[in-house]
Amino acid sequence: MHKKTIAQLSAGLAAGEFSSEALTRAFLERVERFNPQLNAFITLTAESALIQARAADERRRQGAAGPLTGVPIVHKDIFCTQGVRTSCGSRILDRFIAPYNATVVEKFNAAGAVMLGKTNMDEFAMGSSNETSFYGPVRNPWDLDAVPGGSSGGSAAAVAARLTPGATGTDTGGSIRQPAALCGITGIKPTYGRVSRWGMIAYASSLDQGGPMARTAEDCALLLAAMAGFDPRDSTCVDRPVPDYAALLDQPLTGLKVGLPKEYFGEGLDSAVAQVVEEAIAEYRRLGAEIVEISLPNSHLAIPAYYVVAPAECSSNLARIDGVRYGHRCENPKDLQDLYTRSRAEGFGAEVQRRILVGTFALSAGYYDAYYLKAQQIRRLISDDFRRAFDQVDVIMGPTSPTVAFNLGEKVDDPITMYLSDIYTIAVNLAGLPGLSLPVGFVGQRPVGLQLIGNYFAEDRLLNVAHRYQQVTDWHSRAPAAFA
Amino acid sequence: MMEWETVIGLEIHAQLATKSKIFSGAAIAYGAEPNTQACAIDLGMPGVLPVLNQDAVRMAAMLGLAIGAQVAHRSVFARKNYFYPDLPKGYQISQYELPVVQGGHLTVDLEDGSSKVIGITRAHLEEDAGKSLHEDFQGLSGIDLNRAGTPLLEIVSEPEMRSAKEAVAYMKKLHQLVVYLGICDGNMQEGSFRCDANVSVRRKGAPQFGTRAEIKNLNSFRFVERAIDFEVERQIDLIESGHKVVQETRLYDPDKGETRSMRSKEEANDYRYFPDPDLLPLIVDEAFIEAARAALPELPDAKKQRFAEQYGLSGYDAGVLTVSRELAAFYETVVASLGSEPKLCANWVMGDFSAFLNKENREIADSPVNAEQLAGLLRRIQDRTISGKLAKDVFEAMWAGEGDADTVIEKRGLRQITDTSAIEKVIDDVMAASPDQLAQYRAGKDKLFGFFVGQVMKLSKGKANPQQVNDLLMEKLKG
Amino acid sequence: MSLGIAEVAKIAHLARLAIRKEDAPAYAHNLSAILELVEQMNAVDTTGVTPMAHPLDMAQRLRMDVVSEANQRELFQAIAPRVEAGLYLVPKVIE
Ligand SMILES: [Mg+2]
Ligand SMILES: [Zn+2]
Repeated sequence: MHKKTIAQLSAGLAAGEFSSEALTRAFLERVERFNPQLNAFITLTAESALIQARAADERRRQGAAGPLTGVPIVHKDIFCTQGVRTSCGSRILDRFIAPYNATVVEKFNAAGAVMLGKTNMDEFAMGSSNETSFYGPVRNPWDLDAVPGGSSGGSAAAVAARLTPGATGTDTGGSIRQPAALCGITGIKPTYGRVSRWGMIAYASSLDQGGPMARTAEDCALLLAAMAGFDPRDSTCVDRPVPDYAALLDQPLTGLKVGLPKEYFGEGLDSAVAQVVEEAIAEYRRLGAEIVEISLPNSHLAIPAYYVVAPAECSSNLARIDGVRYGHRCENPKDLQDLYTRSRAEGFGAEVQRRILVGTFALSAGYYDAYYLKAQQIRRLISDDFRRAFDQVDVIMGPTSPTVAFNLGEKVDDPITMYLSDIYTIAVNLAGLPGLSLPVGFVGQRPVGLQLIGNYFAEDRLLNVAHRYQQVTDWHSRAPAAFA
Repeated sequence: MMEWETVIGLEIHAQLATKSKIFSGAAIAYGAEPNTQACAIDLGMPGVLPVLNQDAVRMAAMLGLAIGAQVAHRSVFARKNYFYPDLPKGYQISQYELPVVQGGHLTVDLEDGSSKVIGITRAHLEEDAGKSLHEDFQGLSGIDLNRAGTPLLEIVSEPEMRSAKEAVAYMKKLHQLVVYLGICDGNMQEGSFRCDANVSVRRKGAPQFGTRAEIKNLNSFRFVERAIDFEVERQIDLIESGHKVVQETRLYDPDKGETRSMRSKEEANDYRYFPDPDLLPLIVDEAFIEAARAALPELPDAKKQRFAEQYGLSGYDAGVLTVSRELAAFYETVVASLGSEPKLCANWVMGDFSAFLNKENREIADSPVNAEQLAGLLRRIQDRTISGKLAKDVFEAMWAGEGDADTVIEKRGLRQITDTSAIEKVIDDVMAASPDQLAQYRAGKDKLFGFFVGQVMKLSKGKANPQQVNDLLMEKLKG
Repeated sequence: MSLGIAEVAKIAHLARLAIRKEDAPAYAHNLSAILELVEQMNAVDTTGVTPMAHPLDMAQRLRMDVVSEANQRELFQAIAPRVEAGLYLVPKVIE
């Protein structure tokens, strides 16, 4: 059963081929068996999963099942889950039992999906390799020496290893797309505002966006349809109808105008990755797309701007975690300052502290204009680049990541090199656009992802463009041998 | 003293009279059990998000319109970052660069009868913090976050006040206005209206302001006056003794009557303001402003002027009667109900009625005598059923719950005697009982006229119509 | 901009992070490297460019003034480090 996609599982459940309970047990067994090698989970919720599964079966008997009723999924441990630890990959929230559900979790519950557990992630979503997690690194199912990418590395690895048919992730600078690419699965970061951020622990509020991760674009369409939509509890969530993504998957690509930003194919791109990406583009040409070169001239400024904006926002967002009302509190604080500084220093890992410090500096008196304001201006330039590009083309394509998965420990001591692995994904967050990564081949054992960038709210188009490719290729259905 | 000039600017925090908080749906009732009105948003739990309360914006717009300010089409919420246990998120959401109300002014009446226009720089929306309680919990502080997230409008004046008295006059005027507008309950003991005063001194004629101190959280008019007076003297003493005033935050100690430095607020107040990415720009369109304008009540100054013109009252009386919307409405109901004699109505509303309210510390809403009932009493004065003097006793009885004026008059038999023959009968009795005085009077001792009036009133239990008593006595005493 | 140990200490205090003495040089080094990276922005003249605080060009939505939240103190305080009599306890707050 674990080989089936969500669409297939949904059909099987509908046809009565198996129950949700049986399906859930099958996946839980796989998690039990394989997770020790991968460390993709922070918390397993086997018991409640079985309760949800039986409820889903009951709902089906009553004729009230939807496409996701009874389908197992996992949530990145950044989404608050009522009564279940929500750690965000951090020691400081190791004992944080969320008193409420994230809207995304509520929506999946309402759809009847079954939560198997909460997945590992870079601490507070800050990282590109899953090595900043308090719960230890996640391993890449394709090669256990390699990182799965991050920050949604646990979700990506769990989907790639067939421990779950689908997962949620969040993407602030590439955290859905980069791990999807490195683990050979499909993931989409929707337009900013498409998915509610309520109950999704904020890293950088103006960049964060939740989205689905699964093996195929079709599965992502099913998951996104459940996640997306207006939420009165999120002021930045857009009140706009959610299209029937699944129904729009099969539109032909004839006449599709695809832009290739020349900046995404230059220096820094691994040549083997470039070759795989070019083959994928050739396939699109065969599917009827018209390929043109475009320019996003400010691309090289995306990382600099991001490493001001995101730390600035995070320095403020994480101030609430102070050891007063919840979260880690140090032993025997001698006074209030000691309580704050020691609880936070003990609770946050090194990368999180680095970003808090950078952000604090960038906002501090005398530096605000030169750093924060400057970054917001650069952000405008980057956004304008995309605006101009979408006057010419329907979709932008390029590599998701400049390299395939690197080895565990390889970049962990060098933050700057680590930051560069998001070089093609970050601009999308700064502009608030939707982006998708789909598997298009391998370099050696390790997968390569193709990034599709769409105009605002063009998730349907991105899913359609990815789906048509997946109809004529089989990269998305390959499984890592050890977890087949 | 004469060579110094005081410069005062006030930042007043008015708690807006909404039902729920500015960014959450938690209640804001005062005095609830600790932390029972702090929801996940107010507690700054991870993943929660703010959504702005429409009524807080409407109330800010109303104030803006009332002070002739610009209600900004676009304003922005920012985060003011600092760590404090009563500040759950580690930042206060406030408006910084672009406030919702920009500019404006208030005309203040001073004690010498003159008036002065005080400029208002801005008014911005923000959230309140919680409270730290220092009762002993094994040497620890307890944090109550019920107040966290309560909507505040911070109203910032220009530094245009030149004495503590002016500052108090401004503050009172603003207090009256926000209560009139119904956007703040004005309860200063509960902290619904509190003041930070920026105080500096300079030598008269000096072009630049002196270094200022900010006195925080003054929650009574009296404290504002005393704190400023103390602070002015302290600063002058400092300068005159060759020292410098340092820019700092100070706290007023009402027990000692002095201000002291608040060290905790001093270190590193680098608030790192930046636009709150969880909130979008606040756009207030014309329709919204027009709706706020339509909701504006008649404002105090306009009402005062109308009272003077429409009811022929003195400026002073009109001012007293319009001090609050409730009193003004009460007065107008009395006048309308009586249908005439607005001056008589004014005297009674400002006189006995207000005195009884004050004595019992009651609100108009729970006065035992309502406006129609008071008018009922005045009608009996007007139609000479009772004298003005007896009316005071009747009013007291009405206040005590003995019924309306007619009931009391009837029950106590207070109806004025206007029947000439009945009064003559009483006069005859008095004259018969006082032959000596009568003889003296007739012998020319005119002063005794008062004696006879008194005796007649006494015998008639005060009910005889005084004018008639006078006229008839004059006649009869002649013999 | 290159940050020294004293500057790191100042920022760490603003951020309420206790940084151990022996870790300070590494922080100073890494933060300086990050600042060097972000200062690439300075190569571009942004005079007159409107800062972009948010990806969406939208207005703040307003909610009705309705009390929608019930008291959940027990639930919230079940995960608190230290409470008494319904209050969160912290070392003495000095004003
Ligand atoms: Mg202030
Ligand atoms: Zn304020």
